[in-house]
Amino acid sequence: MSDPVISEPNPAPYPSALAIWLARLEGPQTMGRGPGFWVAMALLLLAACIFPAFSNDFTVGNIAYFMVWTFMAMGLGVVWGYCGSLSFGQTAFFGLAGYAYGVITINLGSSFGLTWLALFLAVLIGTGFALLIGYFMFYGRIKGVFIGIVTLSVTLVLETFMAQTAGPQWRIGDARLNGFNGMSGMPPLTIPWFGGDILLYAGATLYYVLVGMVVLCYLGLRMILNAPFGNVLVAIRENPERTEMLGYDIRLYQTLAFGLGGALAALSGVLYTAWGQYITPSSMGLTAAALPIVWVAVGGRRDITATLLGTLIVIAGFQYLTIYGSQYALVVMGALLVFTVLVTPDGLVATAITQIGKIKERTLR
Amino acid sequence: MSQLLEVSKLNKSFGGVHVARDINFTLEAGAMHCLIGPNGAGKSSFFRLLLGEHAPDSGQISFRGDDITGLRSFQRIRRGISVKFQVPGIFKALSVRQNLEVAFQNHLHGASLGETIERVMDFTNLGGEAATAAGILSHGQQQWLEIGMAVGVEPTLLLLDEPTAGMSPDETRKTGEMLHDLNNRGITILAVEHDMAFVEQIADSVTVLHMGSIFAKGSIAEITNNSGVQEIYLGTADE
Repeated sequence: MSDPVISEPNPAPYPSALAIWLARLEGPQTMGRGPGFWVAMALLLLAACIFPAFSNDFTVGNIAYFMVWTFMAMGLGVVWGYCGSLSFGQTAFFGLAGYAYGVITINLGSSFGLTWLALFLAVLIGTGFALLIGYFMFYGRIKGVFIGIVTLSVTLVLETFMAQTAGPQWRIGDARLNGFNGMSGMPPLTIPWFGGDILLYAGATLYYVLVGMVVLCYLGLRMILNAPFGNVLVAIRENPERTEMLGYDIRLYQTLAFGLGGALAALSGVLYTAWGQYITPSSMGLTAAALPIVWVAVGGRRDITATLLGTLIVIAGFQYLTIYGSQYALVVMGALLVFTVLVTPDGLVATAITQIGKIKERTLR
Repeated sequence: MSQLLEVSKLNKSFGGVHVARDINFTLEAGAMHCLIGPNGAGKSSFFRLLLGEHAPDSGQISFRGDDITGLRSFQRIRRGISVKFQVPGIFKALSVRQNLEVAFQNHLHGASLGETIERVMDFTNLGGEAATAAGILSHGQQQWLEIGMAVGVEPTLLLLDEPTAGMSPDETRKTGEMLHDLNNRGITILAVEHDMAFVEQIADSVTVLHMGSIFAKGSIAEITNNSGVQEIYLGTADE
């Protein structure tokens, strides 16, 4: 190729890998940049850190429970919002990893930090399953609404299968699968410590661990999405044919994005199972499969910050409604989804962030 | 000049419709060649066969001496074929800069990437539009942006499907100059075009497709004086 239009100009000094990745905390694929944004995020983190000192164990445990779901939501944001493939079955990876964590920990126990090994292995199993499903879908040229149908089918098949494992023959080592009633009795995540293990039951310790994990996951995703990989995902969402005609193997990128989404759903599944020490087939059912779509759509699927904040807000609202409105909670969730699609298709939180940005711009002018 | 592209006995049909019928076609490196023909002649299908979007029923496509018939589209692009679609194939929700970034990031990084994008924006008359969403550019600007993106994969052969469709006369003239410039920089160009004035502005030679077959091939003068071509496509002066 002899085209000087694009031939490399004078080589510039190459920045370090760390500097490159840190620079990707901000970029075109994520909202929020500049000192103002990061100061606001730091204040939010500070508030999260001091919150347990001013609250009770029940509320702190509740918020920890909300955070458990954010990983699955952010993963769906990557798959759907960024890459354009609506998955209706993230709960398949959630449930599979939850059961895997149960089976591994019931058989291995919780000494010597083995619960963390179980977490790792269970997420690996969920990720592997997601990559397998993704491979068959994307290399089989399945696209559009059919991705939703296939993924929903996968999660419903898993739910149906697990619901019929009630008999004593359905066991893996010491772990009984227990059919529709679900598996229970697995240990919580345990940190080996001098003078006695620290058990991460619902409470302040689990809360702080989850805050750390959410922050790491959020920042990591910002870097990945602002990297060339993220640019290609967005390009695929916008125009897959053009993206392939720029030399990208779009099936590979779609499969990897689906694997990443599956890994995060699996992480949520493990944390949920470890948090409540139970997992049931209904965690892979139709209602469970639909809720992440509502969280992500209402928050804003095309921006990871909007997805994270939106998910926390919607789950908190859902729980409030469940307690005080009982059976109406799901109806309200459905109405919220319809409202979002019709009025703010970019998501309520994403639209709010955009409007705040515009007001700020006008004020500074 | 050496043969850059060689197509032999290429056949493709959809149901009973033969979109490519025993096509034998060669293109020399450095050429500036146009494909013309009436609607439904098989021009866009021929491009899709070259790009690997359609698999041929039979025949072979060789590029730079290698058989690429079985390769997928992205593999052909990596070997040096690039395309500008008839309907601008851009990322409408992304800014002009982001569009070019996706196109160039495979080859360039950091400061080099930024500088090259600036030069390509100037080259495609899009200087000052870096932050503009590609979807709100004028039609002609979208066509230019896509040409800029197509150049981003460092092609040896650039396929252009009606690059001036919907452009004003001034934009068409500028596009012709742009293509000459790219050709002078070593890029071989194969364009499907209906506008004969534009064909005369850019092409060294022309191939006429008709009903999936090659009907005629030659210089502009030979083609315009060909009575068969006049009958099926160009028309005659007294019509």
